[in-house]
Amino acid sequence: MCLAIPGRLQSIDDGDAMLRSGIVDFSGIRKQVCLAYVPEARVGDYVLVHVGFAIGRLDEAEARRVFELLDRLGELGELESPPPTGAAP
Amino acid sequence: MKYLDEYRDAAGVERLLAAIRARARRPWTLMEICGGQTHTLVRSGLDRMLPEAITLVHGPGCPVCVTPLEQIDRAIAIARRPGVILASFGDMLRVPGSGTDLLAEKARGADVRMVYSPLDAVRLARRHPDREVVFFAVGFETTAPANAMAVREAARLALPNFSILCSHVRVPPAMEALLSTPGNRVQAFLAAGHVCTVMGWHEYPEIARRHHVPIVVTGFEPLDLLQGVLLAVAQLEEGRAEVENAYARSVRFEGNGPAQAVIAEVFEVCDRRWRGVGEIPASGWRLKPAYAAYDAERRYAVGGVTARESPLCIAGEVLTGRRRPRECPAFGRECTPERPLGAPMVSSEGACAAYFRYGRIA
Amino acid sequence: MSARPLPDPAALACPLPIADYPHVLLAHGGGGRLSQQLIEGLFGPAFANPALDERHDGAVLALEGGRLAVTTDAFVVSPRFFPGGDIGSLAVHGTVNDLAMCGATPLALTVSFVLEEGLEMAELERIVRSMAGAARAAGVPIVAGDTKVVDRGKGDGVFVTTTGLGRVPAGVDVAPRRARPGDRVLVSGGIAQHGVAILSVREGLEFDGGIVSDSAPLHGLVASLLAGAGPPHVHVLRDPTRGGVASALGEIAQAARVGIRIDEAAIPIAEPVRAACEILGLDPLYVANEGRCLAIVASEAADAALAALRAHPQGAGAAAIGEVVSAHPGALVMRSRVGGERLVDLLTGEPLPRIC
Repeated sequence: MCLAIPGRLQSIDDGDAMLRSGIVDFSGIRKQVCLAYVPEARVGDYVLVHVGFAIGRLDEAEARRVFELLDRLGELGELESPPPTGAAP
Repeated sequence: MKYLDEYRDAAGVERLLAAIRARARRPWTLMEICGGQTHTLVRSGLDRMLPEAITLVHGPGCPVCVTPLEQIDRAIAIARRPGVILASFGDMLRVPGSGTDLLAEKARGADVRMVYSPLDAVRLARRHPDREVVFFAVGFETTAPANAMAVREAARLALPNFSILCSHVRVPPAMEALLSTPGNRVQAFLAAGHVCTVMGWHEYPEIARRHHVPIVVTGFEPLDLLQGVLLAVAQLEEGRAEVENAYARSVRFEGNGPAQAVIAEVFEVCDRRWRGVGEIPASGWRLKPAYAAYDAERRYAVGGVTARESPLCIAGEVLTGRRRPRECPAFGRECTPERPLGAPMVSSEGACAAYFRYGRIA
Repeated sequence: MSARPLPDPAALACPLPIADYPHVLLAHGGGGRLSQQLIEGLFGPAFANPALDERHDGAVLALEGGRLAVTTDAFVVSPRFFPGGDIGSLAVHGTVNDLAMCGATPLALTVSFVLEEGLEMAELERIVRSMAGAARAAGVPIVAGDTKVVDRGKGDGVFVTTTGLGRVPAGVDVAPRRARPGDRVLVSGGIAQHGVAILSVREGLEFDGGIVSDSAPLHGLVASLLAGAGPPHVHVLRDPTRGGVASALGEIAQAARVGIRIDEAAIPIAEPVRAACEILGLDPLYVANEGRCLAIVASEAADAALAALRAHPQGAGAAAIGEVVSAHPGALVMRSRVGGERLVDLLTGEPLPRIC
């Protein structure tokens, strides 16, 4: 729920793993963000930031899905059934 | 801004709208859970661009809206105590309690401070060892990891002057309660993408199956929302009732493991009263006994608070989609953003405020 | 002549009596609905006169041999020092700009200080030197002043009030009532910069983005605009300070009883400023500007007006953002980036960062 904005992880601070933090860049705005919940994130990754915490990493391949859908819609013209985009467990 | 602007493309919006128009042969009622989604829909005018056949009902997805009146009254009582700094997210400052709100109390001299992150409240406590810092910890599952970390950090530092007033709520029990309400009109859900970023979507298949209702995990930008609507409508037209993840760039089935672990360490499930809706079993989180020292409710003994809801406010019916804001007799008259009777009029994306601010064009 | 009640665009909101608020709230100074209630319910009826009824940033008084513009403003900004300025330079620019929004050439300023006992003299010196510098750069002398000190705890450090006098050239008639359907709406540059600069140094919200307040004197820009477009074609000027572009245009729509439509995609905003608004959940339309000007000009002069703005160093980012219409009188409507429409209401209270 709620306001979470994607930004690019610019740098990671040294220090305690649980309070691991770093600088996230949002189109020129830099903010210190807690990275405890994205231990896999590396510099250059995009993370989703909510109240000063990165709550997830953005998946580039999945991000393109809706545009693939749009392309298919453009080709189809008259839509029959939209291809499923739900990810299976 | 990458991962934001591309999802606001006008041409893409048109294409998805056309697809929805082509697909929707019968009238359907959908609910989007999250207040942030309502915000985008109404602010961009998208809700009025959908075909007549689709009715979008704004669900109880605003932690501000559903925070029980008693909790706000408690926050105000605590803020009034000398020596206390009451730290809060911006959203909560204007939500009316029984008689007043935190911003009005600030005008009267209470030390009420707005913070962006719960960790800022912890920092306040460290910087002012002579003051008591109480953080008003509201939110759905999206905010729980941050609030939990703040408590964990305070415990690690053994801060004697930090506590939280907790009012956490959980979405799946609310969906269940809604679907079980007689007179429920909602036929499909657009689930909250950021709640699911934290918690995953493994709790939804059971709900979809039991109530035969499609659930599409949906994001917050115009293309995301329209994709969610399209997939939900397709399911409804075909008689399917499955869970689909249309926000896979951020949401995985199992969600965020480390975040869930810290939530489980600090919080435990409890019953919660939702403002305007009533008590929903197992729909809240409270601090575990191990962290009782950080519970402001215990520390300040502000029990015995009798909350007085306005008899005119139909927040409960609006929040569950049974009535639309415009159908409320008080909308725009006794109840306006400057003089709200209930939280859906105050929160920036509460259903009533959204209509008041954005929708009032004939 | 008593104040008339504000026309309400959708006839849904009921104006509430001032008596409902026993204490002054922050929102009474916010530039939105509650501020309007104070004006319409208290100051307007008490001071009633034709000049005040124009509801414009300054009052133009007819004088033998010309017209005088006069305006006054109090400055209570916190923090007192921020990237790109301070309470002193803000006080100079703000009042110079209110004169400029009347189409006036600023002639002189006066200043009144209310200081809290215990304020550091070094800080006062800094503020005063900044004011002097701003006044010199603007070419407007500060010709009179007053200072009062209140007990410790009775004032927030420093309150500054500036009053300005200016001369309105012949042929210039700038006021909300001149807005006509068909007019074009222009803005002189990227919005929301000042408000974001202030927030970036406010406790609990700190972020680094190099965003600097746009606080600046605009009378030179306005003079270029008047010359380039032709004075009769410039109908309304307004600097969108507290309450932002939305409040400024909303007030003009109500005062002139016209509709105004703007295009979200046409509104200029710098990337980092936009990003900051996204992160905090703020709507840039409601965020304060201190060095920007809105101009409502006759359609036949719109191109020349825009060119004149862009030719001036302070107007390099100028853009045409909308038009005045006869539909929905009193209401400001925006066409969103994705093609939908929404009513842009007057601000309710201060814009607060949100989490949801």
